Amino acid sequence: MTTVRPHIGRERPSGGFELYSWYFFRLSGLLLIFLAIGHVVIMHVVNTVDEIDWQFVADRWNSPFWRAYDWLMLFLALLHGLNGARLAVDDYVRPQGWRVFAHSVLWTLALVFLIIGSLAVLTFDPSKFEVVAHTGG
Amino acid sequence: MTTETTRVVPTASTRGITAYRGYRPPPGMISWALHRITGLGVLLFLLLHIVDIFLVNYGPEVFNELLFLYRHPVFRIGEIVLVGGLYYHAANGVRIILIDFWPAAYRYERQLFYGVIAVFLAGFIPTAFLMIRAMLVAGGHA
Ligand code: HEM
Ligand code: HEM
Repeated sequence: MTTVRPHIGRERPSGGFELYSWYFFRLSGLLLIFLAIGHVVIMHVVNTVDEIDWQFVADRWNSPFWRAYDWLMLFLALLHGLNGARLAVDDYVRPQGWRVFAHSVLWTLALVFLIIGSLAVLTFDPSKFEVVAHTGG
Repeated sequence: MTTETTRVVPTASTRGITAYRGYRPPPGMISWALHRITGLGVLLFLLLHIVDIFLVNYGPEVFNELLFLYRHPVFRIGEIVLVGGLYYHAANGVRIILIDFWPAAYRYERQLFYGVIAVFLAGFIPTAFLMIRAMLVAGGHA
């Protein structure tokens, strides 16, 4: 029987990089439900942006758990999002040269932002600023 | 073969109305377009967000100075839109994954899309309420 499925999302690619990418979208998406939505709920439901300041981040990043949580979220959200932008590029950018250029920009962004974000979450040391932090009260 | 196909995927004509849909988008197009726009929108925010969080490494003065942005009313409205976009993308993402791994579910495409909207509203309304309330409370001394 021929079943014609409407293309919701995409047809599963048959192999190679596109198949890994397809699985990665779905796996990272499922994890991001907990990570990204959990993060937004912590920031906007449990707290409000009026409570967020440097000390707030210093307190949270005191715990290795939240550092690991943020780091995992950084990786997954960035690679999922930029890989998604790649899908959009492939739909709209037809000329081969421009496409190679756009892909290079996206993977460069991925690398640069993974480095910036990892530096922030892994090397942050609040004790460097302790003196300043406590003068405020 | 053709009959098989039409039985599986009911089109406007098999529903007995007319195949002409005028300017109405084909089914699934709106959910797809929203999925793409929200995904790219959250990505854009994420890139800025990684830069702003990086500034914690420059100490409390620098970082707290920057936070006026997050508390500015215009930005706060943007945050509500952002959270709405993320919730929609997540709910619709689950629908996509569900149909990928459980092909029979596509028969309930329409119902699943209503489900996405219901889940989205159930999450977004309370969150938006709290965010707007916080914004009004802070309004006096922002
Ligand atoms: C307007 C809403 C948001 C606020 C107020 C907010 C606030 C924060 C804060 C205070 C941190 C510092 C670390 C911590 O306390 O855990 C942080 C880190 C982070 N946030 Fe958000 N966030 C928001 C939305 C988002 C969204 C939608 C995403 C996902 C796409 C996201 C992804 C991240 C990531 C990946 C980090 C770690 C950054 C790094 O490693 O340098 N945030 N956020
Ligand atoms: C919250 C949980 C999330 C889930 C369940 C989810 C799920 C998905 C799924 C299933 C796809 C389809 C991939 C394909 O066509 O093969 C997708 C695409 C995409 N996602 Fe997510 N995602 C989530 C979070 C995010 C975040 C945080 C971002 C941004 C940083 C993002 C950005 C994108 C983009 C840009 C696309 C490509 C859309 C297109 O061009 O068709 N997603 N997502």
